[in-house]
Amino acid sequence: MAPALEEFQARIDREERIEPQDWMPEGYRRTLVRQISQHAHSEVIGMQPEGGWISQAPSLERKVILLAKVQDEGGHGLYLYGAAETLGVSRDEMIDAMHTGKAKYSSIFNYPALTWGDVGAIGWLVDSAAIVNQVPLQRCSYGPYARAMMRICKEESFHQRQGYDIMLALARGSAAQREMAQDALNRWWWPTLMMFGPPDADSIHSSQSFAWKIKRYGNDELRQKFIDQAVPQAEVLGLKIPDDDLQWDAATGHYRIGAIDWDEFQQVVSGNGPCSRQRLAHHRQVQEDGAWVREAVAAHAAKHQAGGDGLKADAHNPASAQEGGADAAV
Amino acid sequence: MSLLPAVVALGDDALVLGQRLSEWCGKAPLLEEEMAMANTALDFLGRARLYYGYANTLGGRDEDGYAFHRDAREYTNLLLFELPGADFAAATARQFLVDAFDELHSAELANSADATLADIGGKAHKEATYHRRHSAAWMVRLGDGTDESRRRMQQALEDVWGYRQELFVNAPAEQPLVEQDILPDRAGLRAAWQEAVAATLTQATLTMPAAGWAVKGGRQGIHTEHLGVMLAELQHLSRSHPGAKW
Ligand SMILES: [Fe+2]
Ligand SMILES: [Fe+2]
Repeated sequence: MAPALEEFQARIDREERIEPQDWMPEGYRRTLVRQISQHAHSEVIGMQPEGGWISQAPSLERKVILLAKVQDEGGHGLYLYGAAETLGVSRDEMIDAMHTGKAKYSSIFNYPALTWGDVGAIGWLVDSAAIVNQVPLQRCSYGPYARAMMRICKEESFHQRQGYDIMLALARGSAAQREMAQDALNRWWWPTLMMFGPPDADSIHSSQSFAWKIKRYGNDELRQKFIDQAVPQAEVLGLKIPDDDLQWDAATGHYRIGAIDWDEFQQVVSGNGPCSRQRLAHHRQVQEDGAWVREAVAAHAAKHQAGGDGLKADAHNPASAQEGGADAAV
Repeated sequence: MSLLPAVVALGDDALVLGQRLSEWCGKAPLLEEEMAMANTALDFLGRARLYYGYANTLGGRDEDGYAFHRDAREYTNLLLFELPGADFAAATARQFLVDAFDELHSAELANSADATLADIGGKAHKEATYHRRHSAAWMVRLGDGTDESRRRMQQALEDVWGYRQELFVNAPAEQPLVEQDILPDRAGLRAAWQEAVAATLTQATLTMPAAGWAVKGGRQGIHTEHLGVMLAELQHLSRSHPGAKW
């Protein structure tokens, strides 16, 4: 090992944080850009399935809570694009990479949100899975990523709760509402399990990520953690997990599930998800529609040097109802 | 006697604009602006809930009764608030005209002889001051940006201009409340509004449209054709499950 590389690994082994100005191997930088940008894209693309239901939410309270939730996801995208930018890649470059298919986002968002039950199931299951994935990332060796994850994790528990709360109301509601909840669980259960990625044995990026402490737990371990949380929650809801092989294993203290259909996962990852084209087309369209606005912002800032930074400050309106919206859900 | 419909009308203004703003979620030209539009949407939706909540204590329906179980003809919001604003120039021009009005209106409402309305007015004023600063900054950025953005903003302003007049009319239900200092006198806000708008337009290198045309009807339930479509989306789920709890 070259001395610089040795020293780098020694710092990681001592659990020191790597910061943007520090020397790092090119592979470390590339891995992080890939992972963080994919994570940022997932937050932003993930706004689409739930975002479509804000205008249709069945009560004003639910509307406000859902809007605050989806807004949070956009904020997560911003934190993460910011973290990736510290590695020398611009937001525009990252978005281009997604539009050309070089960068991915989480496949879960390539499934359609067909009913209000899906809004509940996404918050309950998908945000739960995100939390399980993200909590260890707060200790990721790369400082800006770890700090972004700390901010994000603080907000995620509200997301999970609002989803579970929707499911609870449906489960305790009319027969049609219970059916809505069960149908949503049926469709989101297996895709959520796939969010943790392929079995560790087949995972291509893992071992180096472990050595660099970008990743701390295997896909299967995280998946199991999620399952052990979700199964009792489904029982409280009185809903049936769509897995006839699901059973409690007293010897290990874990739930055992049936076989995951990894062919379906591969299909969705490779662009054959029900909404794969739609999600990207929507994102591309929005970028195109907004191009004249971004050009105007740049032109205005060039004319008036001070005028450029108003935008970012505006995103954090202290007088806003955002806090109230989030609190209302607690 | 006329307080209830006046309060509901203010709730309707806030709700339909909150709905329009929330439609921008996932569609804004910049992620930062998406956050800002969601904040503004949350402020307007929050305000709608305060007005409807007050209406409920005055013997009216609950908030969801107002939002989900009335048809377009029963809505009494001003037309300016319901316009689609489907491209960013249109959304910005409408928002700026509303915010400039809101800042003045809420400042006076905060001094209402009715304690609840004064509370709502005080809260709304804090928000409106921020909103107006934000939308005025956009008017300036886009007006004084590129040739294309100036052209689009000027056009958007022309397209929305005729809807401003309703802002300055006291509806029959509102007139006696104005006389009792419960509601601001809308007609009295016109000059200050015109001045505030003119100042921003000058900075934005935009031209104030000619006084010309004026459309009205919102407080009487005579809406644009857009409102029914918006309400169909807003209400369908709630109405498909009568009596359901969510
Ligand atoms: Fe998130
Ligand atoms: Fe989330």
